[in-house]
Amino acid sequence: MSAVAETMNVTDERLAGLTLPAGGWSDAARKDALSRVQMMGLPSRRDEYWKFTRPDTLTQAFAVPAALFHNDEAALFDDVERLKIVFVDGVFDADASDDLSLEGVNIERLASADTDIHWARDIYGVLETNGQKPVERPLAALNTAFATDGVLIHVTGAASKPINMIYLHNSETSDVMLHNVIKLDAGASLTVLETGPAAARLNMVTEVEVADTAALHHIRAQGRDHECRAATHIFARLGTESVFKSFTLTANGVMTRNECVLELTGDDAKATVGGACVGDGDFHHDDTVFITHDAENCESRQVFKKVLRNGATGVFQGKILVKAGAQKTDGYQISQSLLLDGDSQFLAKPELEIYADDVICSHGSTSGAIDETALFYLQSRGISKPVATDLLTLSFLAEAVDEIEDETLREQINQRMASWLERRRG
Amino acid sequence: MLKIENLHVKLEDEEKQILKGVNLEVGAGQVHAIMGPNGSGKSTLSYVLSGREGYEVTDGEAHLGDVDLLDIEPEERAAAGLFLAFQYPVEIPGVGNMTFLRTAVNAQRKARGEEEMSAAEFLKVVRAKARTLKIDSDMLKRPVNVGFSGGEKKRNEILQMAMLEPKMCILDETDSGLDVDAMKLVSEGVNALRSEGRSFLVITHYQRLLDHIKPDVVHIMANGRIIKSGGPELALEVEQNGYADILAEVS
Ligand SMILES: Nc1ncnc2c1ncn2[C@@H]1O[C@H](COP(=O)(O)OP(=O)(O)OP(=O)(O)O)[C@@H](O)[C@H]1O
Ligand SMILES: [Mg+2]
Repeated sequence: MSAVAETMNVTDERLAGLTLPAGGWSDAARKDALSRVQMMGLPSRRDEYWKFTRPDTLTQAFAVPAALFHNDEAALFDDVERLKIVFVDGVFDADASDDLSLEGVNIERLASADTDIHWARDIYGVLETNGQKPVERPLAALNTAFATDGVLIHVTGAASKPINMIYLHNSETSDVMLHNVIKLDAGASLTVLETGPAAARLNMVTEVEVADTAALHHIRAQGRDHECRAATHIFARLGTESVFKSFTLTANGVMTRNECVLELTGDDAKATVGGACVGDGDFHHDDTVFITHDAENCESRQVFKKVLRNGATGVFQGKILVKAGAQKTDGYQISQSLLLDGDSQFLAKPELEIYADDVICSHGSTSGAIDETALFYLQSRGISKPVATDLLTLSFLAEAVDEIEDETLREQINQRMASWLERRRG
Repeated sequence: MLKIENLHVKLEDEEKQILKGVNLEVGAGQVHAIMGPNGSGKSTLSYVLSGREGYEVTDGEAHLGDVDLLDIEPEERAAAGLFLAFQYPVEIPGVGNMTFLRTAVNAQRKARGEEEMSAAEFLKVVRAKARTLKIDSDMLKRPVNVGFSGGEKKRNEILQMAMLEPKMCILDETDSGLDVDAMKLVSEGVNALRSEGRSFLVITHYQRLLDHIKPDVVHIMANGRIIKSGGPELALEVEQNGYADILAEVS
């Protein structure tokens, strides 16, 4: 079978099991997305963009079952004052959720927002479509077409507390598509927390419009379930002097592909995408980032750290594209892995493409082992080898975690990683 | 206190013998100095005693009290009371100096079955000790040794020693890189720790340090062996004449 035929076969099989939800205001976007998926076809392992990560379990018709994971750890952000929105295997849980009202914020659900005049119409599928160039992301278009629910957040002022989407996984075979839209008006600010694995297989898209001088802080902790799979996309557009900061912690998960596609369209905007992941054994984690600078004096940072052991695989594909005229761009990208043994691997593809002459862009990618000299130094002070190894591992991850501005949230993420490491001491 | 007998050490990955039969005994409460030409094996001796990887003991023994040092992990040696002030203190980005110190103090206490130090108590003690070594609170907050000047790193070693209160302190060229005032500070720090139950092995190239920290015995190490031992006057002899005479004398 030819490559194209095989791709179409996978795509047809996947589409055969799906029906377009009746979405009211989103119908047109969904139909358009469906035809785009049909044109593009779902990714196959021959695609350059999927060179390091096999897409088959993400694209095939049925989700590979994922055993439920009984986690005795206290839920993350439990003691943080926040507004909770809970989904269980992609289904909204009204009882477990807080009242969806918060001053300066308008919160609705994708599944229930059927009014005809809807603000999200200008964003839903629009940023996703925009993000299909120059690289196609068919799984995101699939999501736009078939997402069954998600949260629509319109922020008009400074939100008084974070909104926490909690995604629980309670069925071994759940196959879920969620689509969030976040719109921040000029000067507005919000912190969004996302926690949990969501489903045996998750396809998630988040579209974010950050207007001039607005700020979004996003902190995500994907669940600790070992067998879950996820493909997520964030598409964000940044206005003048706006701030977008996103951090993701991934622990476990047999297959995770997190894509982040940012476009800096207003002068003096600042974007940061960071990630820390800790993987043990049957773990494949892929961060794929594409940042386009299309305005002057903007700053972008990509900081990714991966700790891998027992044959785990980490992937990083990161690109900074500086368009002509995007002068004074400051682009920074670093991706590093700490390989705790010889079986694990880190595959990285950093890229710069620059069409302006007055820019500073740097990228670096490294793979290393624990620093034996530092380890001995700590041991010589009486710190046992496992504790010393954990200290050094956390210090390796710190550069990414430190991108989280809020100290309480940062500490919770650090705590999470420390207990993960402690449980898995070699 | 420390007893080293016929210690032979080679590099693990190479057929290179570095220590070729070291014999040394430091009594409780004593200060011994080791001098010797570059490359004679002084640092290697200190590393092997503290358990650094990369070396293979081919013969001999080393005991701290009745603890067989060569048989146990570096952290166990530390808990048994051994401390090495490194010739080149290690920078550890991302690990705060305070966290490091407190983890170390409490790890050792725990290993010895003692109660851990509370955060408040620790803070009080560390601040007081840091003050006498002129280590400011900013240095305590920074990552371990990162961005510290050469002299600041050495002072930080002495602070760790003061916090850990070891029985056997090995100082590997703690004087190198110190200005005159810092040398005095560090020496005072060391002298303040001198006691009946605590011994020191001071590795140095210069007599100057030994003016401040008066040794009971001075050893000369060359080519992997202690070739001569004597009183403090031996250090003066080295300072004046170098090693040529001593080397000629023993060969
Ligand atoms: N890990 C190693 N790999 C290779 N050679 C080594 C290693 N460790 C020690 N050596 C060699 O062993 C010898 C002794 O080194 P050591 O550092 O113990 O000397 P030293 O007496 O402390 O010298 P200095 O006065 O210059 O500090 C030197 O020739 C050194 O090059
Ligand atoms: Mg030396």
